[in-house]
Amino acid sequence: MSDLVNINIDGKPCAVPAGLNVIEAAKLAGVEIPHFCYHPNLQVAGSCRLCLVSIGTPARDRATGEPVLNPDGTQKIAFMPMLAISCGTKVSEGMHVVTNSPQVKAAREGVLEFLLLNHPLDCPICDKAGECKLQEYSENFGRGRSRYVEEKNAKPKKVPVAGGRIMLDAERCVLCSRCIRFCREIIGRDIFGFIRRGSKNEISVYGDDGGDSNYIMNVVDGCPVGALTEAAFRFKMRPWFMRVVNCVAPESSAGVNTNVWVRENTIYRITPRANPFVNDSWTSDSSRYEYKIVNSDLRLRRMRVDGAPCEPGYALSRAVDVLKSDPRIAVVASARQPLEEQFLLAEFASMAGAKVYAVSHLGEDDGFLVSADRTPNMRGLFVSGLIKEYPKPDLSDLAAEIRMGNIKTVLCLCEDATSLGLEEKDFKLANFVYCGVNDSLTARLAKVALAISSNFEHAGLFINRQFRLQKFDKAVCAPKGVLDFSAIAVKFINAFGASLAENPDIGQLRMRISEMCPILPKGCETGEGGVVIDSSAFASIKFPETKSLHFLDNE
Amino acid sequence: MAIVVVERKKLSFWERTYLPQIAGGLWITLKNLFRKKVTLEYPEQRPALPARYRGAPTLVKDPDGREKCVSCQLCEFVCPPKAIRVSPGAIAEGSPYSHIEKAPAKFEINMARCIFCGLCQEACPESAIVLQKEFSVNGFDRKSFIRGKADLYEKGGVLPDNVMKWRKASLNAEKSKGGR
Ligand code: SF4
Ligand code: SF4
Ligand code: SF4
Ligand code: FES
Repeated sequence: MSDLVNINIDGKPCAVPAGLNVIEAAKLAGVEIPHFCYHPNLQVAGSCRLCLVSIGTPARDRATGEPVLNPDGTQKIAFMPMLAISCGTKVSEGMHVVTNSPQVKAAREGVLEFLLLNHPLDCPICDKAGECKLQEYSENFGRGRSRYVEEKNAKPKKVPVAGGRIMLDAERCVLCSRCIRFCREIIGRDIFGFIRRGSKNEISVYGDDGGDSNYIMNVVDGCPVGALTEAAFRFKMRPWFMRVVNCVAPESSAGVNTNVWVRENTIYRITPRANPFVNDSWTSDSSRYEYKIVNSDLRLRRMRVDGAPCEPGYALSRAVDVLKSDPRIAVVASARQPLEEQFLLAEFASMAGAKVYAVSHLGEDDGFLVSADRTPNMRGLFVSGLIKEYPKPDLSDLAAEIRMGNIKTVLCLCEDATSLGLEEKDFKLANFVYCGVNDSLTARLAKVALAISSNFEHAGLFINRQFRLQKFDKAVCAPKGVLDFSAIAVKFINAFGASLAENPDIGQLRMRISEMCPILPKGCETGEGGVVIDSSAFASIKFPETKSLHFLDNE
Repeated sequence: MAIVVVERKKLSFWERTYLPQIAGGLWITLKNLFRKKVTLEYPEQRPALPARYRGAPTLVKDPDGREKCVSCQLCEFVCPPKAIRVSPGAIAEGSPYSHIEKAPAKFEINMARCIFCGLCQEACPESAIVLQKEFSVNGFDRKSFIRGKADLYEKGGVLPDNVMKWRKASLNAEKSKGGR
């Protein structure tokens, strides 16, 4: 892939990697070629014909093989008499591409005019408006006016697909077959298909409508128009009002890159963000609704001391008292916290002389983008030095230690200890300080319960199953009275004699941990797609993930 | 800043008496005594507003009594002082207009914010929001300036245009047979 070929696009010479198709090469050169059916992660179908361009190669004499020269001595370019599709044409040395000739323009106008013949033109009520390729291309490359006076064909509308999770409107479809190919190539079975012919050609759904698939929603992002829309997002918010925040799905150790769409501190949807090293252009359906935690009823919203709600300042000072009350202390770390917070917790544990426990949350590896480890940052617990071996799925060890009287104080992060082997009576034997996003029995039994921000409410770093360090941004502000764990951890560390700056900013934290841990890049700079860190120190650990997309294959 | 001393112009003899100026002023007053009056005894007398006057924005219905707004939120987007707030909703199945799919669940215009610019009317793809002739909007607290959907429709009334964009083709044929 690293070989470059010299091509010429619209008279501009440029060098692009060999093996690219003309659409991608033109994109590198800053020229947009409109296309519907081409998708970088699917097979080329070459069916929409919107990407037609004029392509020429250096001419050679057929008999002798000698280059044919122009009168001025340059090599003659032999253009094909007809236009060619740029999605299905690979670049070659000396290739000339013309995307702005009258012939190309006329071809685009023709294709768009045909697509709009039976289109309902209902952009005002279409959820895709604002991010619809047909809208953009009609504006940029279309004729601007309709010549069609006949009655339009009516096709099925408001058809629920995938058990009602997707709405299909066949009138808006541009027949690009991306949804068909996605299901066939990625899900592995046929869910969509075309029926009828000519101007009555329409997209349709087979008996198996993919309701049981955890990946079917990807056709919504893949559909270039509003034919397939998300039922849960239907009529909720228009794309142009929302801010897009780069995040990483906290669903599993796959570390899927996501876009979180926010308006006025409310998250409206989550879509995949393309990362060719991690998730291509896809994400699981289950990861799309994880933002519900932000406003869920299960949320711990107020700090509590001995079960009674109180102000954050008082709860914090009581928590410090509890933690300092007895040196027989343990911390329960969480693989759901970002790396920065894990490092702070590790610092606290070493200053307080605490024993560290953690819990693994395992599920079935679906062989694609939901991995067996259902925590986003298990590798972070190892990198921050909190744990040395892969943790058990429960806290039975901690329970035993408490019952033997070896542990008198516990700082528990996020884990609901009562469902992991601890019993109500154990909370009498040891004093618990619970920091968590969710309310739980543990939070109610703990001496002090501190409400902390969820992973949508702070920025941070996760290390995924490939040991790829990826950063995510803060999508929304935490509710009033809820603190970042980093701020709480600094208070605790300072209570044990250190003097760290209060309310540390994320840049300082990252710089600090990269200085403490040499395998992290300086300042934890990860770039766009994340960086793979040196994992040789952890080679002996047995992780539960199995082979799946971009994991354990020889990339 | 440097100080610039401006030289005063020396007044002539007549100018110093002020008499020509006074006479000139009185002459203008005298002329206007015999002209037509332009001021109005507002609020008893009301001005006649031109046809395209831009007063308060309202929501309108079409001649069939259908609410024209489809809650596309373009007016909300274009409104410079962010006076409009639309909460989209779905039209219930079974309604004669269920094929239009979308209508505002809530529609609010904050008249304390509106600057009567008319951009909402210009942006609306459905001609559903129209600036009408109301120019004096007042109230005793800020809340009373926020107009809800019902209020806006009441003030808006019916837009007498014949563009029946959403009428089903079959229905259209029927109506035109009846000779509308
Ligand atoms: S429904 Fe969308 S993705 Fe599928 S063929 Fe039609 S336009 Fe393409
Ligand atoms: S007239 Fe202007 S300011 Fe008033 S609601 Fe419309 S767009 Fe907003
Ligand atoms: S009034 Fe017009 S622009 Fe505003 S939401 Fe309704 S249809 Fe859209
Ligand atoms: S993108 Fe090339 S034919 Fe559709």
